[in-house]
Amino acid sequence: MMREGIYGLMAEYDTVPDLVQAAEKAHEVGYRRMDTYSPFPIEPAAEAIGFHKNRVALVVLIGGLLGGTGGYSLAYWISVLAYPINTGGKPWHSWPAFIPPTFECTVLGASLAAFIGMLAMNGLPMPYHPVFNAPNFALASKDKFFLCIEAADPQFDLTKTRQFLEQTNPRVVTEVPN
Amino acid sequence: MATKGLTDLPPAGRPYLVDPPVIAPGHTFASVTEKVMRTVLTPHTPIGWIFGILVTFGIVQILMVAAGYLFYQGVGIWGITIPSAWGFAIVNFVWWIGIGHAGTLISAILLLLKQSWRTSINRAAEAMTLFAVMCAGMFPILHTGRPWLAAYWLFPLPLTMGVWPQFRSPLIWDVFAVSTYFTVSLLFWFTGLIPDIATLRDNAKHRVTRIIYGVLCMGWRGSARHWSRYETAYLLLAGLSTPLVLSVHTVVSWDFAIAVLPGWHTTIFPPYFVAGAIYSGFAMVLTLLIPIRAAYGMKDFITTRHLQNMAKVMLATGLIVAYGYFFEAFMSWYSGDVFEMFQFKNRATGPLGAFYWMLITCNIVLPQSLWFRKVRSSPVLLWVVSIIVNVGMWLERFVIVVISLHRDFLPSSWGTYKATRWDYATFLGTLGFFTFAFLMFIRVLPMISIFELRALLPQSRLQPLLEENLQ
Repeated sequence: MMREGIYGLMAEYDTVPDLVQAAEKAHEVGYRRMDTYSPFPIEPAAEAIGFHKNRVALVVLIGGLLGGTGGYSLAYWISVLAYPINTGGKPWHSWPAFIPPTFECTVLGASLAAFIGMLAMNGLPMPYHPVFNAPNFALASKDKFFLCIEAADPQFDLTKTRQFLEQTNPRVVTEVPN
Repeated sequence: MATKGLTDLPPAGRPYLVDPPVIAPGHTFASVTEKVMRTVLTPHTPIGWIFGILVTFGIVQILMVAAGYLFYQGVGIWGITIPSAWGFAIVNFVWWIGIGHAGTLISAILLLLKQSWRTSINRAAEAMTLFAVMCAGMFPILHTGRPWLAAYWLFPLPLTMGVWPQFRSPLIWDVFAVSTYFTVSLLFWFTGLIPDIATLRDNAKHRVTRIIYGVLCMGWRGSARHWSRYETAYLLLAGLSTPLVLSVHTVVSWDFAIAVLPGWHTTIFPPYFVAGAIYSGFAMVLTLLIPIRAAYGMKDFITTRHLQNMAKVMLATGLIVAYGYFFEAFMSWYSGDVFEMFQFKNRATGPLGAFYWMLITCNIVLPQSLWFRKVRSSPVLLWVVSIIVNVGMWLERFVIVVISLHRDFLPSSWGTYKATRWDYATFLGTLGFFTFAFLMFIRVLPMISIFELRALLPQSRLQPLLEENLQ
């Protein structure tokens, strides 16, 4: 199932500084719909394309709060309401004993939120993505660095954008079919 | 920071990193990738690996038979009796779960402390953690004898009986702690694997291999936005795992400390259990990694510096454990409690006293050799010490579980403990399962985190020279 048109223009770089400088320049001249692809995290590259903040931490906080509340409520509901047993004369609501499971549930909820939240916000799993059509893109998980300016960017123009990318010291600039 | 000038630059030709390198100099992004990837994406399976898999697979069958017979016959086939109702099952449970602490410690705590040397060993240590926790989990499950009937008091299951778990019992806390620990360790390990599986997908030759790795990495493409969220999630998982790893062995120690039994009822248990867990975990990491780095030629990545650092961690935690032993003895005297005093006397001089002195020898006396640089920098000697510590930590749990149980308050209820062949078969079986699983792991997944190795290389920095030297 081939889709129409092209996804964008992909420039391939040899080094980290080349990639970051190119991304900075692209942002400077006004491109916004773009992304860099690299075999390891490069914080300055994310900064360069204007991606400064992610919301993973918020999702983790919510997951942790839900997990903790859920864990404590479970212990309370079981020990006080559903199945009260007199244990050595302790009160039904013997809260200190509920703290260890509450802690574990907090960590569990927060960790699941971190994992699932990170994947969901990244839109993964995503078996097909147009950037994989770019030649050499397999090297993005090895030793090459890529900058893709997407056709969806309002400033995108096949000729002008290609000219712009050619000036940023890439190894090669290629069209990425959709 | 800025006070150092250009004159402080290291002489030409010296490696960039200030400390001895954690990666041998001269590597590139491609060379580290190739080197680690080659252990997985190779058509040539090493003969030693096949041999190891066959032997350990045979031992796993022993575990199957031992467990099968246990389910058929009941826990009477083990040596557990009253008063020693815990026996090997709990000794092995605590031993394995302790070993399972090194992985998360190395991955999480050392990540937060910015110890870059952790990078070459965290993946293998995390895998080891998972398999050790699996082995640990088997023992309490088998110890219930009929696990399918035990499920309702272990887990909050909505069954028609309307019976629910006892939340005031540390045994239930343990169920929550261990299952959470396993889940979070798995998530942490798998999160770390995603970019590396993508590398395998992009380099695999065979179509089926590509599809399997492709499914596992979920379409990872290394986008800057993805990396940013990934890094945050990974760091937060590390932050969450850090208190978790400390809580797990604390809760395990409460299984003992909350009981009123002399020898168990003590407040030093949580910290000393956690230190012991780290001690045995690092020992097991060394036991596994020293042969593997030689067999797979990974000495460029798992350098002498890694071994030395792990040896130092062992030395430090070993001393904390020694402090724990000392205070157990001191407090039993200082308490003035006749049962506590007898308990210690029985531990050191009773019928099973030999185990106590073997424990002191293995865990305290012999590891003092780690003070010497010669021992720390010799892989062979270090490997021997790591085995000794593994044995010592097993003895520690034996002493705590069995010796404390077999003679408590009333002499009329004293007894003894003798493990049966099924106890030994089950323990041996889990050792086989552990090694089998670990060998499988190093065959199908990269044993070293490739993307983190790339990020350690000086060429991964925007301005390598300046950044390094203006620290």
